[in-house]
Order: sequence, then C-alpha cells, then structure tokens
Amino acid sequence: MSSISIQVNGVSEARDVEPRVLLVHFLRDVLGLTGTHVGCDTSQCGACTVLLDGASVKSCSLFAVQADGRQVTTIEGLAKDGKLHPVQQAFWDQHGLQCGFCTPGMILSTCELLARNPKPNEAEIRAGLEGNICRCTGYNNIVKAVQQAATAR
Amino acid sequence: MTQPLFGQSIKRREDPRLITGKGNYVDDVRLPGTTHAAFVRSPHAHARIKSIDTAAAKKLKGVVAVYTGKDLIAGGMKPLPVGWLIPGMKIPVHNVLTVDRARYMGDAVAVVIAETPYIARDAAELVEVDYEPLPAVADGLKAVQSGAPAVHDEISDNVSFRWQLGDKAATDKAFAGAAKVVKQSFRNHRLIPNAIEPRAALASSNPGTGEVTLWLTTQNPHVHRLLMSAFVLGMPEHKLRVISPDVGGGFGSKIFVYPEECAVVWASRLLSRPVKWTADRRESFLTDAHGRDHYSDAEMALSADGRILGLRVKTNANMGAYLSLFAPAIPTYLYGTLLSGCYQMPAIHVDVTATLTNTTPVDAYRGAGRPEACYLVERMVDLAAGALGMDRLEIRRKNFIPKDKFPYQTPVAVMYDSGNYEGALDKALESFDYKAFRKEQEQARKQGRYLGVGFSTYVEACGLAPSQVAGALGAQAGLYESATVRVHPTGKVTVFTGSHSHGQGHETTFAQVAADELQLPMEDIEIVHGDTGQVPFGMGSYGSRSGPVGTAAIYMGAQKIKEKAKKIAAHLLEANEADVVYEGGKFAVKGSPGRFKTFGDVALMAYLAHNMPKNLEPGLEAISFFDPGNFVFPFGTHVCVVEVARDTGHVKLVRYLAVDDLGRVINPMIVDGMVHGGIVQGVSQALWEHAEYDEEGQLLTGSFMNYAMPRADDVPSLQVGRTETPSPVNPLGIKGAGETGTIASTAAVANAVMDALSPFGITHVDMPLTPGRIWEALRGK
Repeated sequence: MSSISIQVNGVSEARDVEPRVLLVHFLRDVLGLTGTHVGCDTSQCGACTVLLDGASVKSCSLFAVQADGRQVTTIEGLAKDGKLHPVQQAFWDQHGLQCGFCTPGMILSTCELLARNPKPNEAEIRAGLEGNICRCTGYNNIVKAVQQAATAR
Repeated sequence: MTQPLFGQSIKRREDPRLITGKGNYVDDVRLPGTTHAAFVRSPHAHARIKSIDTAAAKKLKGVVAVYTGKDLIAGGMKPLPVGWLIPGMKIPVHNVLTVDRARYMGDAVAVVIAETPYIARDAAELVEVDYEPLPAVADGLKAVQSGAPAVHDEISDNVSFRWQLGDKAATDKAFAGAAKVVKQSFRNHRLIPNAIEPRAALASSNPGTGEVTLWLTTQNPHVHRLLMSAFVLGMPEHKLRVISPDVGGGFGSKIFVYPEECAVVWASRLLSRPVKWTADRRESFLTDAHGRDHYSDAEMALSADGRILGLRVKTNANMGAYLSLFAPAIPTYLYGTLLSGCYQMPAIHVDVTATLTNTTPVDAYRGAGRPEACYLVERMVDLAAGALGMDRLEIRRKNFIPKDKFPYQTPVAVMYDSGNYEGALDKALESFDYKAFRKEQEQARKQGRYLGVGFSTYVEACGLAPSQVAGALGAQAGLYESATVRVHPTGKVTVFTGSHSHGQGHETTFAQVAADELQLPMEDIEIVHGDTGQVPFGMGSYGSRSGPVGTAAIYMGAQKIKEKAKKIAAHLLEANEADVVYEGGKFAVKGSPGRFKTFGDVALMAYLAHNMPKNLEPGLEAISFFDPGNFVFPFGTHVCVVEVARDTGHVKLVRYLAVDDLGRVINPMIVDGMVHGGIVQGVSQALWEHAEYDEEGQLLTGSFMNYAMPRADDVPSLQVGRTETPSPVNPLGIKGAGETGTIASTAAVANAVMDALSPFGITHVDMPLTPGRIWEALRGK
C-alpha cells in the first residue's frame, strides 16, 4: 500500500492505495466519483479524461500514485455554485450528447482544447478531439458545442 | 413553451445529470458487500476442453468462488434461448459457460467471483484450462465447403438454416426476357457495435424474499427478465427485477441475453451477495454480438430502356458460433423483405444460407439486415445505370414507386405504408447542384483530382412490428409497446413506458407527446423507463420502434385518462358528458367557459372519491398497449461527395447531405442528432470499420488500436434536411428515425467512391474502401 494525497476538485483526498490502482479506479471506486467513465482498456476512447494540473489526461493510463501531490479536476468539479461551466452549458444547448457516456471526457478535453486555443476553427476542434470517441453523435453537434463554448468564453 | 410541443426542439431533460457526472450507469451502482466477476475465456477459436483446474484460483486470497460450465448445469442453468425461429432451423446448444468445447475466441469457460475486480482478474489468470486446439473456420463461405470443420458436431454442414423469399419462377421468367442482366458479388463485411459503455451486470439477491434485482445494460429489460427467468435460470419471473438505469448506447448490442448476466444472477443467488461484472473493451470486441457479415451474389434483370424487371440474390450470412437471440431474423425478415428498395420490381427472389463459424455470434447491429439490403440494391442500381449508359438519377426516377401508389405491396412480403421518393430526391437536389458538380468533376479530373458523387435513395422498414405478423414469421414474442399513464392526486403525471432510452432522449420527447395529449405543462410530466419493477411489460427499443410504437401507447393511454377524467368532470359540473370540452387543462361546459374544473381538480376527486359518478372506480390511471398494424417505412435521398487520391487511394469525405422522410417529427433537434450519428456509423462501414478474423479464427481487430472507429477529424459537418410524409400506421404519423442514417449512408459513400474511380474502368471494390484496397484496384490502371 502507498499513502497518497491528491487534490480532487479542490478537496484534499488522502488514502492508502495499492500501487497498481489506476487513477480512474481511484476516482470511481475509492472516492465514488463515478462521473469519470471507463470505455476501453487501451487509452483510445477518452471517456476517462480528467484534468491533471489543468492538462487533459486519460485517467486509465495513470496510476493513482502518479497523481500524488497533484490537482485533479473531474466532471463533478466543473460546475460552480450550481452554475454550469460554459462547456457543459454548450453541450446541453447544442445537443452535443446522446447516451452521455463519452460526454464527461469529451467536455474535459474541450476545456483543455479551449484553454490552449480559445478560438479554434472547425478543423482545429476536430483535431483537438480526435482522442475522444463518440459513437452516438457523429461529432456534428459536439463541434457546434465547442464553437458555442469558444464564443461564450 | 406554447403547445403543441410536438415539433419543437426542446432541450433534453436528461442532459443536466449527464453533463455534470451525475448519470447512473450500471457500473456506477454501488452496493455494500459487492463481489466481482471475471470470466475465463478461450484464446482459441476452436478447441476441445480437456480439463479445467481451478485449485490455484480458489486458493488466492479474496477469491469467493470459481465456477465452470459443469457447476452451472448442475446448479440448474439452462442454455440460452433463440427468440426467432425459421422453419427447419438447426439450433446449436449455447451454454452460459461452455463445457467441453470452445467454439470462438472469447467463449467463456469459467467465472471467478472475488472481493475486488483486480483479484477476480488475477484469479482468472490462475485458472488452468487444458485446451486441445481444433481446426477452425471463420469464413461463411469456407464453412459450407465440404471438409470444413464442424462448429457443432450435430450440425455437420455448418448450415443452421436456408431461407427463401419471393417467386422464383416469376423471377427466372423476368431474367429470361431481360435485355440486360447485371451481376455483382458483394461482401458486406463484419462490424463490431462498440457502444462506448461496455456491457455490465450487477445482481443482488435477497435471500429473505427470494427476489433478485439485476442492474443491466439492456435495451429491453422485460425481454431480459422473461427469457432469463423462464428459460435460463428457471426462477419465477416475478422474483426477478431488471433495472437498466442510464445506458451508454446500444445499437442493437444490448438487446440480447448474454452468458454474463445469467452467470452473475445465478452466482448472486448461490452466494447471497451482490455480484458485479463490467466488460472491459477487449471483452466487448470479443463477446458483444457482431453485425453484418454477408457474402451475396446479386443479379438484376433490366429492359433496354432501364426498367428493373427482376432481382435475384443469393446470400451467405455468417451467424457465428451460436445463434444469438434474434440472429435468425436479421438476414431474413429484416433483409430479404427490403430488397425491392424504393423501386417497382416485378419479381424478386432471395435465397439465404445461414452458416455457423468459429466466430463471435452475429445479431442485430444498427439497421440490422436493412443496411445490407440497401447497400446491395443501391449498388446494383448504380451498376445497372453504368451498364446501360444511363444517368444514375434517371434510372432511379424511372423505377421509383410513384407517390400515388401507396400503400404499395412489394414482391417480398411487405407493404410500404406511405412514400414520396421523388419528393425527397428533388429536395436533396435543391441543395446539391448535380449539373454543376459534373462540370467540377470534369475539370478536377483534368488536374488529376478524382471527385465522385454517390446517391442512396433508400427506403427502410422499422417500427417493429405487428405482433401477429411477427408471430407468423417465427418471432417468439409480440412486438407491441406498453405505457401506463398514472395521474397523481395533485394532477402531476408519471408515464411508465415499455420503450427504453439509451441515448434517444425519451425522457424529453415522450414528455412532449404526453404533455400535448393531456394539455399539461411538460414540467408536470415525468417519464419512467427501464425498470421491470415499475413499468408494465414492454418490448424495449430497437428497430427504430420507440417513436412509432412507444409513443403511440402513451397517446392511447392519455386518451383513456381524458375519457375518464371527463366523466368525473361532467359529474362535478352537473353537466352532460357530451357538453364538456377539455381545453388548456380545463374541463368546461360548452357555451359557459366560466363553469369548469381543472385537470388537478378532477385528479384530486378521482383519488378522494367523495363525489364520483355512479359505477366509476376511483383513481386515474390507464394502461395501454399499442400493437401497430404494419411496419413504418422511412425513406429519403442521401448524397455523398468524395475525393479519391490517385497515388494513395485515400478517400476524403468532401460533403454529405441527407434528406430523410421520417414522417412527423417530435423533436427536430433530437432527430437530427440521431441522423448525424447514424450517418457516421454507415460511412464508417464503407470506409474504415472492419472486424477481421484470420484463418484460425483469431480476431485481428480486437481493440480500438486496430479497429478503426470514426473520430471527429475523419468526418465533415453533415447537412441534414427533411420531407414529411406522415405514416398512417400510428396515431401520431411517426416513422422511425434511429437507423435511417446507417441504412442509407454506406451505399451513398460506396457509390461516390466508384463514381470517382469510374475513369479507371473500376466498377466495384468491396468495403471497407481503405486506401490499401483502392490503391490495389488502381494499380496498373
């Protein structure tokens, strides 16, 4: 067991974990933050995307111990004071989700994309989200959602 | 919002929870004391199981139990059922855990139950299975050759059934009199559904009551409950409750009863502890029912002026190692019946051979039989145009079923409800200048750029289905849908629907329908689905049936509510029932609008029952079952423009335009979204996705690293539009919207690529149209 302490959505979480526990399982099974999803086992689908010190990472490809002493933002940490984050709002407004399973990862990837490039064109949006797979939307309205979020910021 | 809400793009009610991480998918459900299951799966496509040694696994700390197929059978577990029977069909035994032979890569041979998922996996690796590998066959055509290894000893020729439809003699006669016969062989390759949420099951038994609650990723909780309890587990149906909370996509793959959910229910009863299993993606690739996998030989008979006289099709449909639940219906009644397309074809004959192979079972995947039919017909029409030197739109217009001929009886059993095929094509051409494109194409060719346009003028059958017809064709189920409309004493309403939402947005669209019919604000209406403990027996969602069938049941339930409420209102108003009108949530006496009772007043009295009409029961609740009189038949025109790179064979999607006729549309925003997603799934079959097995039956494309899922940067923005021809089949005039995109688009893309390749004399390349395949076709040209 290793003792770790991670700031998750602004709250310090200190736990003893097996070194082999993946960050995504730490979030879901230890902290009960089930908004972060697991869609694959080869770090291709992006459903498990979270922000680690502001950068998007696939939480299935990190051990929890690697996040020791760092800050993690999950989908549960985006809305503030009951107000949706502009990216969340845009996904709702533009019907950027259907089954919702890829959505938390897609939203967090979008947050990072817009932090890097606040006014992306369509090609940049599509390239920026190529690490997140959506099976429902054909990406059409996800692109629109990112465009709205870019305008709102 | 002003009513009617029908037709308005109302934002989805389910989204606030899904965008904030508050969704509740099966793997998110937490129960104290939960154990975790991991399955031991065959790495071989075909092997004799000589022995299974579970001793080391059982010894590992944290392991609760290890079971093999023999344990399950000894414990009363029966084989998985087949839900659609074809005359003469041979049904191989499909045990939950296979006992003496593994028949596909991934076939489960043992299950480990442990305190954590990590320990369960560790222990699964400690189960020692002594396999004797056997010769395997993965390919449908090879499986029926003499000397092919038998997947099941009792079915030595690997043929589960042969099925034919249409008038063979009339078809032969049509060919005898044809001026031109066009022939083509097609490979409609295998696909893997890949809903992004992997399948999952969590069973919790209550030893005190004997009840089991199963949280399951299912598109049809009642179907699961019925089949699992009555056929597999041998437990009373009413002691099993199936809950499908949020479900992360289905596309068909979550319809079927799979081994894993049966095993976890069985184990949870034995252990008196909750047992959970969540597939990893590798298991999804190996065990979610696959889609398509046909070889077809098609021939079309034509007159000299381009009239279609007949169509003859022979298809080999690969069913995999076992017959999945609805597998027999897919290459038969959902395929052969669509071979007339949107054309007047006097004679059609189709002959299907369903083969067993050492591969993952194949069943319904978005479109299910209809994409295969549409691809074949639309490709053949293009090939016919080429052979006759006709324009591809001219041949279509010449053969379209005219709009005044509906309902239209095809020669392959189905009767199209309504349609206006020219109308959809005309509308598409308003946004796509065909003449200008041909000029641009010619100019581009001079510069060595190869543009192509493809059309798919499709029709499909959905809204499954008239129960009596389905029963006559072999379905072991009815295909109606149910709804309970429950009015509460305060006038708020809960609608319990037998339909199921796994991304379709029913909590929104169904509330729109109910709010309109009851003339209440949408906020007063809650939609509940996905729980056999709450909703009446229903058939769930697949085959684009929720709109045309599911909402009709709600519509009917609402009428019953209004009928009874009116009686109560008339009584309270001391008026004749015939003089009471319901408008804007108020029952008023005709001619004296001041004399009224609100819907809430009436609801309250229904439950107080202090002053009810004579002989009327208290309460205000109605249950309805809608059994459609026919399928519904959406149609439309899809147009795809591609550019093929001469040197690399790479296909670039330049433009995609769809005009669909889905009848009346409840929520245009949601329907557009479904169409977008459907199109990309069909495009992806044409260009990228391919489930590939090697000669030994090893799945070569078993992860997202080597199975090409479409990504955001693979596709352009899509342009979608609509015409509206209401369906006469249901009271709201709805045709289904969930599958049209997938059904139509594959052919549009393939036709576009072949158009681009036409200067090289290439008329056909089998899908997926990857750079390698196109480069190969272009080599030496």
